[in-house]
Order: sequence, then C-alpha cells, then structure tokens
Amino acid sequence: MEQTHPMVEVTNLKKYFKTKRGMLHAVDDVSFTIRKGETLGLVGESGCGKSTLGRVMIRLLEATGGEAKFWGEDILRYSAGKMKDMRRKVQIVFQDPYSSLNPRLSVSELIAEPLLVNRVYSSAAERNRKIAELMDTVGLARRLMNAYPHELDGGRRQRIGIARSLALSPEFIVLDEPVSALDVCIQAQILNLLNSLQKQFGYTYVFISHNLSVVKHVSDRIAVMYLGKIVELSDYKSLFVEPLHPYTQALLSAIPLPKFGKKRDRIILEGDVPSPIEPPEGCRFQGRCPYRQDVCKEKTPELRELEPGRFVACHFARTLVPASGK
Amino acid sequence: MEDKKLLLDIQDLSIHYVVESGTVHAVEHLNLSLAPGENLGFVGETGAGKTTTALGIMGLVPNPPGKVVNGKILFEGEDLLKKTEEQMRSIRGGKIAMIFQDPMTSLNPVITVDKQIAEMVLLHNNVTEQQALERAEEMLELVGIKRERARDFPHQFSGGMKQRVVIAIALACNPTLLIADEPTTALDVTIQAQVLELMHELRRKINTSLIMITHDLGIVAEMCDKVAIMYAGKVVEYAPTEALFNHPGHPYTEGLFNSIPDLDSDEEELKVIQGLMPDPTNLPSGCTFHPRCPYAVEACSKDVPPMVEIEPGHFVACPVRGKPYLHLGK
Ligand SMILES: Nc1ncnc2c1ncn2[C@@H]1O[C@H](COP(=O)(O)OP(=O)(O)OP(=O)(O)O)[C@@H](O)[C@H]1O
Ligand SMILES: Nc1ncnc2c1ncn2[C@@H]1O[C@H](COP(=O)(O)OP(=O)(O)O)[C@@H](O)[C@H]1O
Ligand code: SF4
Ligand code: SF4
Ligand SMILES: [Mg+2]
Ligand SMILES: [Mg+2]
Repeated sequence: MEQTHPMVEVTNLKKYFKTKRGMLHAVDDVSFTIRKGETLGLVGESGCGKSTLGRVMIRLLEATGGEAKFWGEDILRYSAGKMKDMRRKVQIVFQDPYSSLNPRLSVSELIAEPLLVNRVYSSAAERNRKIAELMDTVGLARRLMNAYPHELDGGRRQRIGIARSLALSPEFIVLDEPVSALDVCIQAQILNLLNSLQKQFGYTYVFISHNLSVVKHVSDRIAVMYLGKIVELSDYKSLFVEPLHPYTQALLSAIPLPKFGKKRDRIILEGDVPSPIEPPEGCRFQGRCPYRQDVCKEKTPELRELEPGRFVACHFARTLVPASGK
Repeated sequence: MEDKKLLLDIQDLSIHYVVESGTVHAVEHLNLSLAPGENLGFVGETGAGKTTTALGIMGLVPNPPGKVVNGKILFEGEDLLKKTEEQMRSIRGGKIAMIFQDPMTSLNPVITVDKQIAEMVLLHNNVTEQQALERAEEMLELVGIKRERARDFPHQFSGGMKQRVVIAIALACNPTLLIADEPTTALDVTIQAQVLELMHELRRKINTSLIMITHDLGIVAEMCDKVAIMYAGKVVEYAPTEALFNHPGHPYTEGLFNSIPDLDSDEEELKVIQGLMPDPTNLPSGCTFHPRCPYAVEACSKDVPPMVEIEPGHFVACPVRGKPYLHLGK
C-alpha cells in the first residue's frame, strides 16, 4: 500500500499501573499509525487513557509492553543517550496552562529552558534571538518577555507552553488538551495558531481532547478510546457521518449542538464507565452497550479494518441488533 | 417597567470586589428579568460576572471583598437586597435554590446523602426527621438513584451521581427558582447527557423556573427559552433562544458563535474575536467591547450603548449592529 513507513507506528502498546486493588489497565494493547504532517485526534471520556497513551508513546512514561516506532525505529528500546536526541524531535504540550509552568521563571526564562537544557546555542545573544523569534511565532508580544506566568491569562500561558515545545524544532508534538482550560474565544485563537504552525512547519500532531467539535475541527483521522482501548479509528468525516461502534454512536449523539431546533435522537447510556482495574474478558463496553450479545462477554473484540481506513473493535459493527430484553 | 408578572426582575445591579489592584467591576448596571416557568440561559466567558450575579440573587456575595453597590433584585415583587440575613436564610434552599459548578463543594463528605437532603428539608419545612428522610429517598429516586444507596457517602458515587444528589438537594423544597451554575461542566459528555435529560424530565414534573449559567451554547439551545449574553459585567443581548441563534444582534454574540467549530461543516480557520477580555478593574469607556469590535465606530468609545428592543422581546446593546428590525426581512 504505502511505499514508505508511516512516520509513527504504535503496536500493541500497553501501560498498566500497580494499585492496591490490582493492575490498572490505563492503556491496553493499542495499535495505530500516523503519517507525516497528519493530525491524529484522540477522544474519549475522563480516565479512558488518552494522556497516558500520549505520554507512553513518546516515553515520558515507560510502557508495560509493545512498540512505538518513529521513522521505523522503536524508541521504547532506545538507550538513554539515543533517547535524549529523540527528545528534541518529539514534544508535548500539557493540558493545564496554570500548573504546567514553573511560576518562578519569567516568560523568556521559560522559553529558554529547553534551549539551555539541550545546549542548543552557545551564546546568549543567539539564544535571545531564538526566544524572540519563538515569541513572534506563537503570537506573544515581546514586551511580555519579563512577565511571570501568574500575570498572564490562560491563553497566553498556553502560548508559552507551545513556544517551549517548538523551541527545539520538533517534528512530532503531542497536544494534551491544549485548549480545554480556555474560553471559546481564546480557544479559537489557539486552534488557529496550531493550524497555521502545522501548515508552516509541517508538524505531525496527536491532538488529545474530550471536546468532539474541537477534535473534528483539527483532525485528519480520529481514534476513539474507551477504558484503555481504541474502539474506533477512522477519517474524521466518516466517523462523524456514520459512527460504527456503539460507544462512538452514543458519544456523538450526546454533544449538545449550538443550533436552534436541531435536537437529534440521543442515545442515553446506562450507568458509568466501569473500573479499569483488572477488567474482565470480553468487550469493555458490554455493560453499557444497547446491542450486546452473549459472545461480547466472552470474547474481546479486536480492532479490525472493517472497510478501507475504517477500524472498529466490535463483534457486530454493521450488523448491530438490539440486545434481547431491551 | 413595573411588571407584576415577573418572577425575577433585576434592575441596574452593580456588584464590585475591592481588591489590592483596584475595584473589580464584576457586575455593572445589569438588567435581567425572568417570568414564572421560564428557563433562561445565562452565557458568557470566564470572568464575565455570571457567578457573581447568581451570588447576588442568593445574598451570598462574599463581603469583604464583595459588595452590592447599586440596584434592585425583585423576586416575586420584593427586593431581596432589603431582606435581613435571617429572611435570606429561609429563602435560600427554599424558594430559591442553587446548584454549584463543582458537586463536591456542595456535598459534605462525612454525611450520608439521605441525611444531607433531609437536613435541607428540615430547615425549610415543619416536618419530623422521619418524614424528612422519607422525602430524601423520594428525591433520590426522582433523580434516578436507587433507595438502597441512600445511606452511602458522596465519595461512593461517581461524578454524575454526585451531581444528581446536588440536584436532589436543590429540588427537595420545591423551589420557585433554580439557579444552576455550570451544572455539567465538570462532567463527561455522556454523563452530561444523562444529567441534562434528567433536568428536562424534572422540568416537566416540577414547575420551577431555571437560570442556567453556562458557556456552552449547545446546552442553551437544548434547555432554554431565553438567553442573556453577558460581557464584562453587563448583559449585551437578551432574546428568545430562537431569535438569538438565528439572528444574533450583538457583535460579541456573533463572535461567540464564530469561535465554536461547526460540527456540520469544514472550516479551516475560525473567525476569532481579536484580543482579550478587558481588565475588570479598568473597563474601557463607552461600549466595553469596543477595543475588540470589528464594527466599532468613533462614538462607541464614548457613549454607553443602551439596550434597544430590535424586535419583540429581542434586546441588543449596540446601536451600530443592533438596529430595530434589521433582520426581519429575512
Ligand atoms: N500514575 C498513575 N498511577 C495509577 N493510575 C494512573 C496513573 N496515571 C493515570 N492512571 C490511571 O490511568 C487511567 C487513565 O488515565 P489518563 O490520565 O490517561 O486518562 P485521560 O483519558 O487522559 O483522562 P482525562 O480526560 O481526565 O485527562 C485512569 O484510570 C487513571 O486513574
Ligand atoms: N471573591 C472575589 N474577590 C475578588 N474578585 C472576584 C471574586 N469573585 C469574583 N471576582 C472577580 O469578579 C469578576 C466576575 O467573576 P465571576 O462572577 O466569577 O464570573 P463568571 O462566573 O462569569 O466566570 C472576575 O473579574 C473575577 O475575577
Ligand atoms: S462487541 Fe458487543 S458489547 Fe461490544 S460494542 Fe460490539 S455489540 Fe456492544
Ligand atoms: S456599540 Fe460599537 S463597539 Fe459596541 S458592539 Fe456595537 S459596534 Fe461594537
Ligand atoms: Mg488527560
Ligand atoms: Mg463562574
């Protein structure tokens, strides 16, 4: 199919945490690829493992198992030295612009930090030129160079986070809920910024969010997570037009539309997301699925390519029948 | 505007917080009204003054640093600002109830949920403890929590269930007015759908007026008959939901809509509102939106724009864009 490797190939990636009550399966056997210059959206509800996946794949957290290949090489098996070089190319922007910045550093010091740590420039003059350039790139007025994070609003703080992640000229950036803490107007400004940076520099993004309209706006393809697993992965259009997994269907139907008189049929799910600790065999969604059958309890559905480019982990995708007794 | 039929009529309300860096004009000459049985969406960005307005109605503005400096809050024709603390205590949780954003802050972690509801019932009604507990179980059932969980503690519930308990407490005394401050912001979207569905259902069963504070226009479209858009301490547009969604009149409202990615279409670039919310200790002169407004003319920085009724029930505080009947040709 493709001549070259996709830029990123994640295979059977797992991250378990030891807890008092047993193993917590935060990310459980996920596989996907990302092409260069593409944005892969990662959606799902709180605790489904989005941030953990984002961190494990770039090795900010050590994986429990699996592979994360960048340009054909599994970085999870890199030595510390090799990983350090890799760090420059692979960056992350964190969710909370309030707690992710050191409050004692000024704006210029915050942006300088990654440059200093990696000894990119030998002279202060060169470094300062780079800082000024980065501030221009992310739309921070240069007069704010000596300001401290607490003096700035959330949008500007998020711009600092983005400038820091761009400092080492990365190629791949994990954006972990970069706009979730922001008001819609500021959110729109940051989304436009991320979009124009991608166009300008050809970045490849993983964009994590629980806001489905935002994810649809930014992504080329979208992966939907539920309890540590990817349940559906597809191009953004097909996913929104015709979701195949029962969870995706419920999730999309739950979004309140900002339009008058456009209420659709909402699928109200029963109950809550179950515990990720020692999850039982079978489909993780079966406790809440309106279409579950007996086999769903026994056999875990694999993520399979049902149609070209459309992956879904459900035994009955396209042949769903309401569960009996419903 | 002495309208006897109004349940709530806020006139020229100003609430300030005096802080080190100056005086925060959290609510500034705000006018707002609500008829019985109506559901009002109260929309604005962080810091617009939504919560402060709600605290004003409840008589809960923290003083110091906060103070109601001007205005009237007429509830069933009587000014709440003239009530004693004693009188307010019996109104709060009785005729007017409020749901706060974070369910955990309004629940006591060491008391079982049935007792927390019963406490509210006892405070406002002349009943025995046994009757109050019975009412508590009824309320839990109403919000979809089984009776056998009545003696559980809050931490034994999920986020969505905790918010249901909070709703049960708020509705336990059949309030005439319910103020919900971002009741689903802390919840996941499928859980939010459950809670909104519940609120819909309750609205059919209990005839309570609702002020729904939110920044989500989707929730407004779904839940509310009327909408007030708030910017920098003031209501800049007030309209029936349909009119507001189909032909918004104020440039700020228009900007809000443009900032939301549209699920039904593909747009590359979002049309953003330039700049930031103004410093609340130093609000711009004239129309407070003028430094960010693409339609601003010279007069905008001088004159405070009055609210004008551009079509029946649709008020806009912008003489440039909100011309009477501007859109009625459509
Ligand atoms: N260090 C840790 N130790 C134990 N459990 C953890 C740890 N980090 C995360 N988890 C658990 O792993 C699961 C996935 O968490 P994660 O933070 O990846 O979710 P998320 O999808 O990013 O959620 P959110 O939308 O709330 O940010 C959760 O059950 C969480 O409690
Ligand atoms: N206790 C307080 N002390 C000082 N300033 C406050 C206090 N509460 C709110 N404010 C300020 O009042 C303004 C309005 O806040 P708020 O009513 O919470 O807005 P919203 O609910 O719309 O986000 C903001 O500028 C906020 O910083
Ligand atoms: S595998 Fe079964 S339980 Fe799981 S989503 Fe499909 S139908 Fe529902
Ligand atoms: S009054 Fe002027 S500045 Fe204010 S919204 Fe209207 S056009 Fe814009
Ligand atoms: Mg997360
Ligand atoms: Mg608030």
